[in-house]
Amino acid sequence: MMSNDELRRRVVATLAEELELDPEALTPEATLYDDLGLDSLDAVDMVVALEKSFGMKFNDEESLKAVRTVNDLFELLIKLKESQTADEA
Amino acid sequence: MPLKRVVITGRGAVSPFGLGVQPLLEGIWAGRSAIRAMPEWARIDGLKSLLAAPVPDFADKELLPRSLRRTMGPMAKYATLAALEAVKDAGIDQSLLATGTIGVAVGSTTGSPSAYEDFYRTFLPAETIGGIRSGEFFKIMGHSCAANICLALGIHGEQWSPVSACASSSQAIGLGYLLIQAGRQRAMLCGGADEVHHSVTGVFDVVRAASLQNDNPAATPRPFDAERDGVVCGGGGGIILLESYESARERGARIYGEIIGFGNVNDSEHIANPHEGSMARAMLNAMDESKISPAEVDYVNAHATATLLGDPAEAAAIAKVVGASVPTSSFKGHIGHTLGAAAALETIVLLEMLQRQEIIPTLNLANPDPECAVANLVRKIEKRALTTVLKNNFALGGVNAALVLRRLTP
Repeated sequence: MMSNDELRRRVVATLAEELELDPEALTPEATLYDDLGLDSLDAVDMVVALEKSFGMKFNDEESLKAVRTVNDLFELLIKLKESQTADEA
Repeated sequence: MPLKRVVITGRGAVSPFGLGVQPLLEGIWAGRSAIRAMPEWARIDGLKSLLAAPVPDFADKELLPRSLRRTMGPMAKYATLAALEAVKDAGIDQSLLATGTIGVAVGSTTGSPSAYEDFYRTFLPAETIGGIRSGEFFKIMGHSCAANICLALGIHGEQWSPVSACASSSQAIGLGYLLIQAGRQRAMLCGGADEVHHSVTGVFDVVRAASLQNDNPAATPRPFDAERDGVVCGGGGGIILLESYESARERGARIYGEIIGFGNVNDSEHIANPHEGSMARAMLNAMDESKISPAEVDYVNAHATATLLGDPAEAAAIAKVVGASVPTSSFKGHIGHTLGAAAALETIVLLEMLQRQEIIPTLNLANPDPECAVANLVRKIEKRALTTVLKNNFALGGVNAALVLRRLTP
């Protein structure tokens, strides 16, 4: 199973590529809307790119809406990975 | 209130010769063909025309930020880059663009066909919208070019998207002319764009109107020629800045020419076939509005796309309207049929002809079809006094449009 560090690295790489952002700017505390300048359309594309990259589905809209920072996204994906792995087990 | 005079003060182009007005003019004046073989289309079952005049690849990421690019198919990129060039050429600054006194009229045949392809490639196999990116609709929508130009350039005025296939940019220019005449806008960015795609060439192939001379791309299309066998589709974006004469004078802008008439009629005869009488009516309406006589027309820029039916019908209509001696040519041999961009790109070349006082001949016209030779078909670059010119563009769907342009004499 992918380690949490690997997961974080892959989130950063995926967002940097999809949104053409400097990976350096994708610090855990960076906020998606204010610091990184994303808008509602970018948020859609971010989810599409992450779902493709991780082969997982974001099926909980509420927790997705609560994401403010890059770290929130890490945490959400870690939880998702654990729950989907548990489902498979 | 008297109608305002409408002049052209800016030009911008993305064409099969590359980015910018300059490469377009250089290619045309050098008598080069931008048509190339499209062997990659051989995989498409049933497609017999493997020819096109695509816009050469360019570094779009360096020219447009992702925030703009994400909602643009190729055609909207062409249109936006051409609009940026036209605005710069006209010397219009950002503060003026934002006043709401400048608008946009830019059309295309459809939204981006390559974006349609991407969308349906995902959507159809499993009937899912999962994985569709947010920008796709904005590339596909019919007003994609106009909307993206407004956003990219910070334009707050009237936004229109005349959509009538191969006559889209003629109608866009005509519409801009009407809006400025009426005093609704001080200036309008007008034109059109389209992109090369196998499905578009396929449309012409289905109705047996696409050229099949795959082995000799530079020798086709052949407008007015006895050996012509149909259209070769091209891609690009052409934008001109129309402006009221008083605004242009007030700014001290360079004036390329004046638009003095616009004819726009439907033939209501046949959805696909050309109609000589309606072609003539479009020209006559434009001339009536211009208050010019046939004797004053120095040149006709023909739509002539090298179809079997279209070229002779147009030649006959031209001969009937302005007589058999008025020099006539088509630029489709150089850049193919750029569809929604055609009228605008061709008008840019036409304005240059007015500047240089030279007529560009039809490329690949080696042996004029006697049915087409009823008009005076120009075969080589001719020095000529050019003041008033007619510009035809027609489209499937019965659309017949004509513009009259005039050089301003100092």
